[in-house]
Amino acid sequence: MFMSFTTATLIPMQFAIPDFAPAIPEIFLLAGTCLVLLVDLFLKDSNRYITYLLSQTVLLITAYLVISGINDVSMAEALQTTGKASLTTFSEMFVLDPMSQVLKVSILLITVGVFVYSRPYLKTRQMFKGEYFTLGMFAVLGMMIMVSAKTMLVIYLGLELLSLAMYAMVAFRRNDGRASEAGMKYFVLGAIASGMLLYGMSIIYGVTGSLHLDHIDSFMMGHNVMTNMGLLLGLSFVLVGLGFKLGVVPFHMWVPDVYDGSPTAVTLFLGTAPKIAAFAMMFRLLVEGLDEMLLGWQQILSLLAALSLFIGNVVAIAQTNIKRMLAYSTISHMGFVLLGILAGTEVGYASSMFYIITYSIVAMGAFGIIILLSRDGYEADRLIDLQGLSSRHPWYAFMMMLFLFSMAGVPPTVGFYAKLSVLKAVVGAEVVWLAVFAVVMSVIGAYYYLRAIKLMYFDQPDEFVGDEELLVPAKSGFDFKLLLSVNGLSVLALGILPGALMSLCVLAVEASL
Amino acid sequence: MESIYLAIPLASLIGAIIAGLFGGIIGRKGAHAITILGVGISCFLSFVVLKHVGFDGHTFYGDVYTWAQVGNTKFAVGFQIDRLTSMMMVVVTFVSLMVHIYTIGYMQDDKHNWPEDSRGGTNSYQRFFAYISLFTFSMLMLVMSNNFMQLFFGWEAVGLVSYLLIGFWSTRETAIFANMKAFLVNRVGDFGFLLGIAAIWTYTGSVDYKEVFERLPAIEHITLTILPNTEWMLVSIIAICLFIGAMGKSAQVPLHVWLPDSMEGPTPISALIHAATMVTAGIFMVARMSPIFEMSDTALSMVLIIGATTAFFMGLIGIVQNDIKRVVAYSTLSQLGYMTVALGASAYSAAVFHLMTHAFFKALLFLAAGSVIIAMHHEQDIRKMGGLKKYLPITYWTSLVGSLALIGFPFFSGFFSKDLIIEAVHAANIPGSEYAYWMVLLGVFVTAFYSFRMFFLVFHGEERMDEHTKSHLHEPAKVVTWPLIALAIPAVLTGYFLDPMVVGDFFDGVIHVDESHPAVETITHHFHGSETWIVNIFSFVGHGLIALPFWLAMAGAGSAYYIYMKQPSIAKWGYDKLRFIHVILDKKYFADEFNMAVFAGGAIALGKTLWSVGDRFLIDGLVVNGSAKVTGWFSSIIRHMQTGYLYHYAFSIIIGVLAIMSWLLFGANNV
Repeated sequence: MFMSFTTATLIPMQFAIPDFAPAIPEIFLLAGTCLVLLVDLFLKDSNRYITYLLSQTVLLITAYLVISGINDVSMAEALQTTGKASLTTFSEMFVLDPMSQVLKVSILLITVGVFVYSRPYLKTRQMFKGEYFTLGMFAVLGMMIMVSAKTMLVIYLGLELLSLAMYAMVAFRRNDGRASEAGMKYFVLGAIASGMLLYGMSIIYGVTGSLHLDHIDSFMMGHNVMTNMGLLLGLSFVLVGLGFKLGVVPFHMWVPDVYDGSPTAVTLFLGTAPKIAAFAMMFRLLVEGLDEMLLGWQQILSLLAALSLFIGNVVAIAQTNIKRMLAYSTISHMGFVLLGILAGTEVGYASSMFYIITYSIVAMGAFGIIILLSRDGYEADRLIDLQGLSSRHPWYAFMMMLFLFSMAGVPPTVGFYAKLSVLKAVVGAEVVWLAVFAVVMSVIGAYYYLRAIKLMYFDQPDEFVGDEELLVPAKSGFDFKLLLSVNGLSVLALGILPGALMSLCVLAVEASL
Repeated sequence: MESIYLAIPLASLIGAIIAGLFGGIIGRKGAHAITILGVGISCFLSFVVLKHVGFDGHTFYGDVYTWAQVGNTKFAVGFQIDRLTSMMMVVVTFVSLMVHIYTIGYMQDDKHNWPEDSRGGTNSYQRFFAYISLFTFSMLMLVMSNNFMQLFFGWEAVGLVSYLLIGFWSTRETAIFANMKAFLVNRVGDFGFLLGIAAIWTYTGSVDYKEVFERLPAIEHITLTILPNTEWMLVSIIAICLFIGAMGKSAQVPLHVWLPDSMEGPTPISALIHAATMVTAGIFMVARMSPIFEMSDTALSMVLIIGATTAFFMGLIGIVQNDIKRVVAYSTLSQLGYMTVALGASAYSAAVFHLMTHAFFKALLFLAAGSVIIAMHHEQDIRKMGGLKKYLPITYWTSLVGSLALIGFPFFSGFFSKDLIIEAVHAANIPGSEYAYWMVLLGVFVTAFYSFRMFFLVFHGEERMDEHTKSHLHEPAKVVTWPLIALAIPAVLTGYFLDPMVVGDFFDGVIHVDESHPAVETITHHFHGSETWIVNIFSFVGHGLIALPFWLAMAGAGSAYYIYMKQPSIAKWGYDKLRFIHVILDKKYFADEFNMAVFAGGAIALGKTLWSVGDRFLIDGLVVNGSAKVTGWFSSIIRHMQTGYLYHYAFSIIIGVLAIMSWLLFGANNV
């Protein structure tokens, strides 16, 4: 075929080498993951712990790189030139700002914790393979990209990287029918939601002519966006995609099935770190990109939040399986996160951010307890498995009580402060009915958390009589127990002294607005 | 002096604590020794204070301990020692000391009052002493207080001890009923009292007497609208609320019903608590609050009318009583009515004067009645007595002294104090004083009639007791008779303090009387004819001899003699012909029946209704279990939406998309 070139194309392309510095953690993580992948290939099953240790090392170094990423000098420069405490690179598609730092560190540290909790679980079930860790690290990479994305395409890129890794992890136990079913459901529904999100993004791109969130925002400032049918359609589809990722009603259907069907180690991962990334995605898209459409998404989020609080809390009551119960509980907690966002104020965003981070910590601990109690062939995921836990393992029963209290929002655990600050933001935005509704729903929610506590403290196990083996504490390592204790006590400590984390969140939100 | 003031109540308290907590260890002798020692110290020091304050003219006002500080309000333990206080202290500690001694004899065989299988009889003797010492402490705290908080503390503490002592024989149904009744009726009064204190604190910002009185002019003209279209003066409301408290404690109509029943308690406490001291706390409180009451004619009118009603109508009931203690109890009600009338007439000093004389002669009468009861082996029906004069000479003579003092026979203490009250009411000019005057005047006849009816039925006439009792009749032990004699002396002599206490300047600066209420001033004016007090006393008596009250009293005593000694057929005739009056009086104007049916019954019915409709149906049924059921039901329905089918899930996403789109396109801009 004859190919013709215009003169312009003959001029050599101006290709500037992008500034890699802001993306160093991601680059390191990618390289580290590839290294783990390679190393794992050559390891015997008995030496698999090397994969584990290597993965943890990579994650920790990445976290260190994130923390040390922005030095004061470059930040001050950025402040001078752009007026914002953030650095962008890759043609402004990738951003490093305080919010992304806080969220990335949270994601990384929670993943480290998840890996610690997962190890004994995987080991006892012949699932202690390199794939779990490499897939997990790819998912983390996806999350980090989502958190730092400044254009819609990069958001989508990160999301897909995360999702694909997650699909595989859910179906990780191939010979288990339920896990495969859960993986399949998650994949199909996730694909639909991704499609919708992408469709919404394309409409917005069509109307505004840009993929960059800042440009979309500045385009909208001049227009009456709330009467622009294209933008409204685009917003609808974007909200659907977000709703699915967060797992809010009516896009929540996958949550209970996937939580229940997946191996607990995967549920543990699924229910914690990706929520933080989903929050970042929502913040970037709605607050940074579609801020002018606040009126629109505020109303939709109110609706989704109310529905989530209602369905999540009410249906959780009927559950007999802890993982399903926690799945519904997650739905209601995501309703709370929406509350903070829809308040549309800096305080609201900050309290949502605080909520999602602390929720991840709490959820991680709760799943950790389930893993602690489980054996091969015994998942310990029914509510009655908690019966009499206080007499079997008083300390871990106490930890579980802290987690459940925190989820229910009982002071002095962190859950109380998180709920309080979100509710304060909602009341501050004068959406009092929603705040009242949320409180009423929390009361309903308190029922099933307290029921679990009652089972632990006031009921005696009747099933275990004669089954001495199950009464023996789990054969988990010292690291596991130490982390669990630290996790539980941090729930208490953050509840008593929430100031430091909260001010970090406020600073992060302030910096990105 | 401060340490002496502190020592007075604490001496009693320490005695009470030791006897109460270590009664089992120190035994009966130890218990009565330690409490009598404690109260004896209190009594001696009270006389010292009386000399110091009453005659040397010293006063004390100040806090000894700050209990709490809330904002600008200080809650302190403090004392106000002036002539009113010192007089009250002497009365309280002296009567209390006599009662302590008397109790040794009265409670000697307390074991017989308890059922065999009851553990209540263990150390009951020591417990009783602990209670009466505790009472002395509480009463002293009440009268010595310099602020409303401590006043209220003492007020409630004496109420508590009264409750404990009325129900002392806790295995008796009637005793338990009586102390419950006393407790509940006093709740009504205390509620009013507390409201009054709260109002004072709200508007003056202080609970300290001095500060409150200083700030009174500032609140003089504040009015409140309590019911629509009616303006009430704030001071009236405060005064009435405080007086409601006094009505409960001092058993004024209609809160009088508990006092007759309180006779279920042992006789010594009837004398100490329900005759001489606690029931007069209301009178004392109103006298102490005279600056407040003086600002409201409305409140004074109310005090006057309620007091007059109590004085006459409660006396009438005394005529038909056959229980020796109940006759004295109704007499107490009637006499408290007299004191209240004096308060209403702004003759606070006369009220306090009568309080003092009454405390001695009524304690005497009660203890004498107790002595009779001991001799009669706990028989209290006066129809089964008679002719006891020759068996119980000391009791007889002391009873005669007490009765003469009570009816107001010249030269006995009651004569002076009662005459003064009648004169004061006569001179009063506020609404209701006319009614009150006639009530107290007729009351004199009634008082004399029931007093001597009892006196003659018990000590004279034929001996109606059974042979067994008769054979054991003898004067009780010296610990019983000595206090009678010791009380008979002040029952006669205290009347001669008339000059300084009422018409003199004894209460200057303590009791405040407004110029528009000239009752006492009028009397004083009449009284001071001569320079020397002895001449004045005689002229007072001479004046009394030709006045109506004296002849009414003589008529009362005379008709009692004639009807019950000479012509018993008249009593029988009256009983048959005036049956309906007798029934009304015997049933105490149906006050108990009314309270039981309306208040007790109403409260129970209201409680049952609220319980069955409000609590069980509405709250438990609908709100608590109902919402829980609805939630559970919802939960079981909604969980079925989670079918497990992928296409259902996808469908739900599609529905969500459609809903969001429709809302954003058609609804969002219209909100």
